[in-house]
Amino acid sequence: MHHVLALDFPPVAHLIRWPNFLFKDSKYFAVNKVVLEMWLAVILVGAFYFIAARRRALVPTGVQNVAEMAIEFVQNGIILQTMGPEGLGWTPFMLMLFSFIFVLNVFEIIPFLQMPVTARMALPMFMALLVWVLYNIFGIAKQGPWHYLKNSVAPPGVPKAMYLLVVPIEFVTHFFVKPFALALRVFANLLAGHLILITFAVLATALFTSTKIGAVLPGALLIALTGFELLVSFLQAYIFTILTAVFVGGAMHPEH
Amino acid sequence: MHHLLATQDAGELLKGLTAVGRGVVYGGAAIGPGIGIGLVVGNAITAMARQPESAGMVRTTMFLGIAFTEALALFGFVLAFIISG
Repeated sequence: MHHVLALDFPPVAHLIRWPNFLFKDSKYFAVNKVVLEMWLAVILVGAFYFIAARRRALVPTGVQNVAEMAIEFVQNGIILQTMGPEGLGWTPFMLMLFSFIFVLNVFEIIPFLQMPVTARMALPMFMALLVWVLYNIFGIAKQGPWHYLKNSVAPPGVPKAMYLLVVPIEFVTHFFVKPFALALRVFANLLAGHLILITFAVLATALFTSTKIGAVLPGALLIALTGFELLVSFLQAYIFTILTAVFVGGAMHPEH
Repeated sequence: MHHLLATQDAGELLKGLTAVGRGVVYGGAAIGPGIGIGLVVGNAITAMARQPESAGMVRTTMFLGIAFTEALALFGFVLAFIISG
């Protein structure tokens, strides 16, 4: 064990693997804290938008106002910037991605939960797979398979001899690296944030039990880092959504 | 120097070297994106100062650039955890 002033820093497996407490012996359907948080996020996001849509006032107030602010943010900040006005039909999907990933990320700083669901690779991998399937299907449907492949893999304006080098690199990038990086970006950011919050909490606790005054600085930094993790949660959800919009827009209308 | 290595059991040497390897992996992976993100944000600030009307578009593109370059640093971070020993 790694000891910090007689307090054990837990091994990393204890920080991200939670014990199953329902259907304990099932390999695929066991329920642990992370699964419960996923269900909670689905219920929260669904109930929020359902309640916001019920009143349909022309001048929004209350919950409807917040929901409309979120929709305007997704439309103006994400869709119009990357896909243009014809991408506005994608608003529900982008809004779902953004809200769901933001709520999952923000569980990192909510007391009694304190575990970001995206710190386990399963969920980001599934979202990235969903985005990959979507942009490939829409690219093939919009441009036809041969033109889609040509536009993704062979950018125009490259001297003919360089295609031998560029095409394999672009192929691997477009079909494998992009979805993998999309998942890994949000996963690694949230895992790093989770670990850093735990590090400072363990440090503050250890210093508090030995010398009371030594816990002031790590405690203050822990508070500052919690605020920073709120920013990171929002930013990672925003980046996932805007990269999805860029990939889908690029598959449907290649600019070059 | 050799007698220092000889006084430990074989497991300790492996663990020590693994720890050093992990540190080198992440340290090396963080240099490039650090410089890269600095360049992206610096140029974005210059662009926003030259033409404040385009600040919204510049800010969006800046976030996109940050996401792409930061991903490389995070690959290194995750690899540092995956390395077993």
